[in-house]
Amino acid sequence: MPKGIAVDNQGRLKDRTAMSDTNLLLTITIVVFFILYLSAVFFLGGSFAKPQNFLNILNNNASLIVLSCGMSIVMITGGIDISVGAVTSLVCMTCAVNLEQQGGNIFTVVLIGLGIGLAFGVVQGFLVAHLGIQPFIISLAGMFFAKGMTTIVSKEPIRVTNEAFLAVKDTRITVPGLGAPNKLGVYIPAYVEVGVVIALLVVVLLFCLLRWTRLGRSFYAVGGNNQSANMLGINVRRTKFLAHVLCSLLAGLGGILYFLHVGSGDVANGAGDEMNAIASSIIGGTLLTGGVGNVAGTFFGVLSLNTIKRIVSSLGFDEAWWSNITVAAMLCLFLVIQSIVLLRRNKK
Amino acid sequence: MQEGAVLEMRGICKYFPGVRALQDVDFTLREGEIHALMGENGAGKSTLIKVLTGVYPKDGGEVHIKGIEGAAMIRSPQDAQNAGISTVYQEITLCPNLTVAENMYIGRTKGAAANWKMMNSGAGKILKSLGIPASPKQQLGSCSIAVQQMVAIARAVDMECKVLILDEPTSSLDEQEVVKLFGLMRDLKAKGVGIIFVTHFLEQVYEVCDRITVLRDGQLVGEYVIEDLPRVQLVSKMLGKELDDMADIKGEMGTAAVNRSGVPVLEASGLCSDAGIKPFDFSIHKGEVNGFTGLLGSGRSECVRAIFGADRVTGGAVKVDGREVRIRKPLDAMKQGVGYLPEDRKGDGIVGDLSVRENIILALQVMKGFFRPFSRAQAEAFADEYIKLLEIKTASADTPIKSLSGGNQQKCILARWLLTDPKYLILDEPTRGIDIGTKIEIQKLVLKLAAEGKSVTFISSEIDEMLRTCSRLVVMRDRKAVGELRDADLTQAKIMATIAGGDEQ
Repeated sequence: MPKGIAVDNQGRLKDRTAMSDTNLLLTITIVVFFILYLSAVFFLGGSFAKPQNFLNILNNNASLIVLSCGMSIVMITGGIDISVGAVTSLVCMTCAVNLEQQGGNIFTVVLIGLGIGLAFGVVQGFLVAHLGIQPFIISLAGMFFAKGMTTIVSKEPIRVTNEAFLAVKDTRITVPGLGAPNKLGVYIPAYVEVGVVIALLVVVLLFCLLRWTRLGRSFYAVGGNNQSANMLGINVRRTKFLAHVLCSLLAGLGGILYFLHVGSGDVANGAGDEMNAIASSIIGGTLLTGGVGNVAGTFFGVLSLNTIKRIVSSLGFDEAWWSNITVAAMLCLFLVIQSIVLLRRNKK
Repeated sequence: MQEGAVLEMRGICKYFPGVRALQDVDFTLREGEIHALMGENGAGKSTLIKVLTGVYPKDGGEVHIKGIEGAAMIRSPQDAQNAGISTVYQEITLCPNLTVAENMYIGRTKGAAANWKMMNSGAGKILKSLGIPASPKQQLGSCSIAVQQMVAIARAVDMECKVLILDEPTSSLDEQEVVKLFGLMRDLKAKGVGIIFVTHFLEQVYEVCDRITVLRDGQLVGEYVIEDLPRVQLVSKMLGKELDDMADIKGEMGTAAVNRSGVPVLEASGLCSDAGIKPFDFSIHKGEVNGFTGLLGSGRSECVRAIFGADRVTGGAVKVDGREVRIRKPLDAMKQGVGYLPEDRKGDGIVGDLSVRENIILALQVMKGFFRPFSRAQAEAFADEYIKLLEIKTASADTPIKSLSGGNQQKCILARWLLTDPKYLILDEPTRGIDIGTKIEIQKLVLKLAAEGKSVTFISSEIDEMLRTCSRLVVMRDRKAVGELRDADLTQAKIMATIAGGDEQ
């Protein structure tokens, strides 16, 4: 890795430019994910070698991918939002009630999901950006509020029977060329769910937003140094506000995708997903201190996190605490790698 | 508005809790002039600029800008930019995590898209024309402080502005870069841009400026055409008193002959650190003042940081009073009676949100151990003693140190180390970015400390300051100690020659 900028003894520039911190951490994340997955394929073989196994990670985590991307954006501006898991849960429950008891349809479900997300985003964003309240505290309040509201909407789990909805939920989009024959020799095509397509679209859109728009770059500037950003003529309050709105809106969308995947409303839906989202962002190279991060990295962060979980369970340690402990170890490992790499660079 | 003026400020007032930072200040800037804003620390220069650029809201007065009807409403830096005012602040106000090009364009481009191609090529051109050794795609944080400052200047001058404000832009630049900057300022002046220039270097004022406005204690002293105001008068106006002790501090104090026989207080041999300095030898005796000199980036600071253990030492040995000691971290050095006033006051020196009192007792508290805190009364006694002794201007000992002016902050850090009663004190650029009055006070203090039998290493970018205080100078070039000058060799010409170092090759 080139370190810093090299100047020869006449003071001329040598034509090498160091990678930015964001890209460096992204590279590390991608490399680690591939090492992880390939070694699983190599040593554990079996199910890991099947493409469908990989696609199932996507199928099961479409919602988490969207949540984590939103989380990364807030983290890039130097904030955090721990209400997203509870918002997911609230969205699922409200959508289930709407479909089953109020005769709603897919259109109203989408509207409800995004509406709830937007409402949380506007309130939290306003309090953070304009009143200068710590985002952690505000979103903690948001989390409790969303959890409470979920129980008010319904205490009982609600299973969805709406046919139009189930049709969308069970739609399998075939991925050509990745199928494999089963034990009886029948060719089973590989598939992804509708949610995955939406999640991937979100990742691509957000990647472009962060890279090629003024708003996206403002997120980085504010996270890098918000006083400087202000002096550079960036509207820091508006930028922070929009980051929170975007994050909660994505939490709403994540809730819709979660609902689409499980097809029921339950107070336990999305429990702990805010922590998974933070973990994925960090593994994906987003720094808690702000200013550095990338949604592409976050995408790989989600994949790495769940690959590890799968490896643990396929080794026979099925209990939840084993995967928790492994995730903890992985997080530590990543934080250590990141800080070593950044320290080495900045020390020269 | 006056004929030819681009900017008029009338009756500007600004109050901070307990302080009248600006009181009824008028300021006029004309087209195509370079106007110096002078004053001691705490005179209100930075406050005036921050009011003008919308960083602080003003408590009274009006701002008129050419081309804008009525009083201009500037409530944020964005407004100031839109009104044609571009600013380079004293502290670097760029984002270290973005690239050089982005830092130059962010916040002032139109449209929703970030056009990387335009930014990179535009930035590349400007960087090249100004000779700044940075690449547009490089992350700003990986550039040196001087380059970052030049990038900030490049950003400001590239904006189509009517008013350009330079708040101490030269404090981290070396001579060549200053020359480049002055060339740039003259070009802009020829184009009719009005430039407000704040600096502590008198030479620079007389080199480029047309007019001077002097502030003192938040009030306007007067506006002068440069030809009508000789240096001595300028200084006395800034200080508000006749200044006769500028001439020769050393003569006044009397240079005590230093006894260089005997065991040195501190002796380093072959010392080098991971900051990349070549192994160097160094020694200092009781009651001696010596210094490191060299151009910016020559390794002056790195040497003393290695002695203090602030960088990781990779080789060499240090003896204190003839005994070999291991200094691996600053606390080790402090226990040996070494104090270090760092170059980067804001980053390494002050703890901004703590009070003046807490900042002063910090080092002594660390040496005593955190589990044996000083009583409130004791801490207050210490703080009050040094606030009085060093004439620190603060509302009270409980004021957060960040609200003090630069020179007073520096005095607090000095107080912090004096309180630990060190036998060897390292002062790295103690006079940087502070006013002349305080500079002289600090130089006097250094000589006084030496007379009391303490050893001091003094580093300054201004050679005449070093000449006034030091009896021995280590000259650094390219991170290597290239010479040592003492006694009769201590002349400006000789030092310059050694720094330039033509005769060696």
